[in-house]
Amino acid sequence: MKKQQWFGSLIINGALVFLVLIWSIPTFGLLVSSFRDRSDIQTSGWWTIFPHREWQKTETLNVKDLGLDPNTVMKVEGVEGDFAQLRKGVEKNGKRVQWIGNKRLGRIEVQKRVWTVNWHFTLENYKQVLLGRDTKITKSNGAVETIPGQDMTQAFLNSLTVSIPATIIPILIAAFAAYAFAWMNFPARRLMFIIVVGLLVVPLQIALVPILSDYSKIGLNGTFLAIWLAHTGFGLALAIYLLYNYISTLPREMLESAFIDGASHFMVFTRLVLPLSVSALASFAIFQFLWVWNDYLVALVFLGNNPSNKVVTQRLADMTGTFGNAWHILTAGAFVTMILPLAVFIGLQRYFVRGLLAGSVKG
Amino acid sequence: MAQPDFSDERNASAGSRALAWLVRVFLAAIIPLIAFVTIYEGFIFLRDSQAPKWVIAIVAIVWGVGGFAVLYWVFNGIVEKLPGAWSERLLPFVFVGPAMAILTWYLALPVYRTFWLSLFARDGFPAGFSPFLPWTWLAGIHSDEFVGLANYAATFTQSIFQIAIRNNIMWIVFGSTLSVGFGLLVAVLADKSRFERISKSMIFLPMAISFVGAGVIWRFMYVVQPANQPQIGLLNAITVALGGTPHPWDKWVNIAPWNNLFLIIIVVWLQAGFAMVLFSAALKGIPEELLEAGRIDGANELQIFFRIMIPSIMGTIITTWTTIVIFTLKIFDVVWVMTGGQFGTHVIATLFYRQSFTARNAGIGSAIAIVLLIAVIPVMIYNLRQFREREAF
Repeated sequence: MKKQQWFGSLIINGALVFLVLIWSIPTFGLLVSSFRDRSDIQTSGWWTIFPHREWQKTETLNVKDLGLDPNTVMKVEGVEGDFAQLRKGVEKNGKRVQWIGNKRLGRIEVQKRVWTVNWHFTLENYKQVLLGRDTKITKSNGAVETIPGQDMTQAFLNSLTVSIPATIIPILIAAFAAYAFAWMNFPARRLMFIIVVGLLVVPLQIALVPILSDYSKIGLNGTFLAIWLAHTGFGLALAIYLLYNYISTLPREMLESAFIDGASHFMVFTRLVLPLSVSALASFAIFQFLWVWNDYLVALVFLGNNPSNKVVTQRLADMTGTFGNAWHILTAGAFVTMILPLAVFIGLQRYFVRGLLAGSVKG
Repeated sequence: MAQPDFSDERNASAGSRALAWLVRVFLAAIIPLIAFVTIYEGFIFLRDSQAPKWVIAIVAIVWGVGGFAVLYWVFNGIVEKLPGAWSERLLPFVFVGPAMAILTWYLALPVYRTFWLSLFARDGFPAGFSPFLPWTWLAGIHSDEFVGLANYAATFTQSIFQIAIRNNIMWIVFGSTLSVGFGLLVAVLADKSRFERISKSMIFLPMAISFVGAGVIWRFMYVVQPANQPQIGLLNAITVALGGTPHPWDKWVNIAPWNNLFLIIIVVWLQAGFAMVLFSAALKGIPEELLEAGRIDGANELQIFFRIMIPSIMGTIITTWTTIVIFTLKIFDVVWVMTGGQFGTHVIATLFYRQSFTARNAGIGSAIAIVLLIAVIPVMIYNLRQFREREAF
């Protein structure tokens, strides 16, 4: 019986570790690569940072000295093979003999298999991405090409400028509304709340074209105000719904005694309800912050035509277009966009989970 | 007791009630409007200033957030000073009005406007037409720009749309099933493991990553190098190590439509953690006696899982499933960043973007948006029904 339990727990933990590894490997590979040298990334997998066996050259032999004719079967260093075989490398007794280069100008390498790690780490990629340092590449024909650096610092600042108000403004407005729905009595209250519930799942795509045309009429396109209000509008229904669910469960007696003491609604709201709702507010704040920071579509539509206001997701998406294979830039850039949400997430995971459990369906 | 009594309002004259509503709507609109104008003016000032970017950023944040807060305070002060009856009538609208005004402008009215747009040709409404002015409707319908349901017909008959709809169905079916499946698996395994916290955190972590960032991560997983060079993408390195040939997985047209699965995996990777958290909480809510009773009756762990656990958390499974279905229905960023809709990977939302903002065809773009809306209507009705069943409100 005991043995069976031990076996069961081994299977459970084994399966769990396996899943966790699969889930972590993609991000880990990106993180490692972002610190690797530009040419290393292009020529070897990031997993070569782990100990692995690799052929390493022990000596180089001159073909002419050996008197080899690549058009026949050649004998060298105790192995034999024709050009095609030697080109691939012939192995014998733990060493490998390989022809490097073409038939006319070639050399023979003798290689040994050794344990090694590929640890040339650098911060150069981050410097290039963050400081916007230009890179000069000398092409084979002597022309110098300059790859403009990625000014991710600016985009990071823009993302902050977008995300902070786009998180706080909807919470402020929604908290007032949730309080009114929960603790005030007014005509059409039920109808208005039904509208809020109905709008929960409306896809935001439906609003983009009309709002964009409103914005261009008043010259708002490409400004921070435009995107704050857009995120406020799109996040408000969920915010009201979640905050209502919380605020309406506050103990009735406590609020009533405050009213009897002569407190106004505004005082009860600011002095009593808000402080008591901190955890619910925090849950939604994290939710909305991650949503806004990670958003691409809304930024693309409302900030798209203003390059100086671009946020990190836009900048990164632009980079995948222009530097599709420059992995040293892309990996570092991607990590810059992820660092803040990951920090918020890890630090405040408890609140985030609580927010999720409160029910979240977003349009 | 602070809850006001409306008997005085019901007894009031029709004129007084109309006036009350007029002031309420006015209040609802005026707060966001003043906030908007103030912040806008501030922005013009900021834009023309020469201050360093980070100073402008901080000022903008304080200005934007503070502007709204101050307005609530000011209007509350004004309404509180009114005579008792009027104060009680109007105060709720200082609280709830701005939210409803913004929701109306940003979501409710756009539904109506987009519907009208979908009935017109690519350049939108003809001159003089407005969906809000009924007397212009007739002229609008008789204008050359009015195409009726032709945009919808075009949407459903063009082959690229049919491909997009097929892909979206794949997204919905595989994306939601795999996310829910993996989420459930991890939730159950973690529940029995000593490493519950850490393993759940690790699976949950991708939720913090943007789709664009995830796109880069997975592009790097799928990178393909020419066959004679070492593979730097993990998937192709494994393929080659096992004796296969490298492929550009998500961009591999030969296996279409199954190359979409390589995009769907990305969203499963992002969303399984979401499902896991919800299931994990639901599993913890199953009373221990229920499971113990099953064990005493001789059920094995698999039977307990299928006969007791799954039925107990069925409500959560359905809610989670619906959420992920809605989510995959609107999937945009992943496809846009990974393939841009090429290689047979367009989905409804990428076509919406292409039609609305690249091809500048407001008619077709709006028709696609309306199709998306119609697809979520069953969920909307379900939500409203749930709400009505809750007696509390």
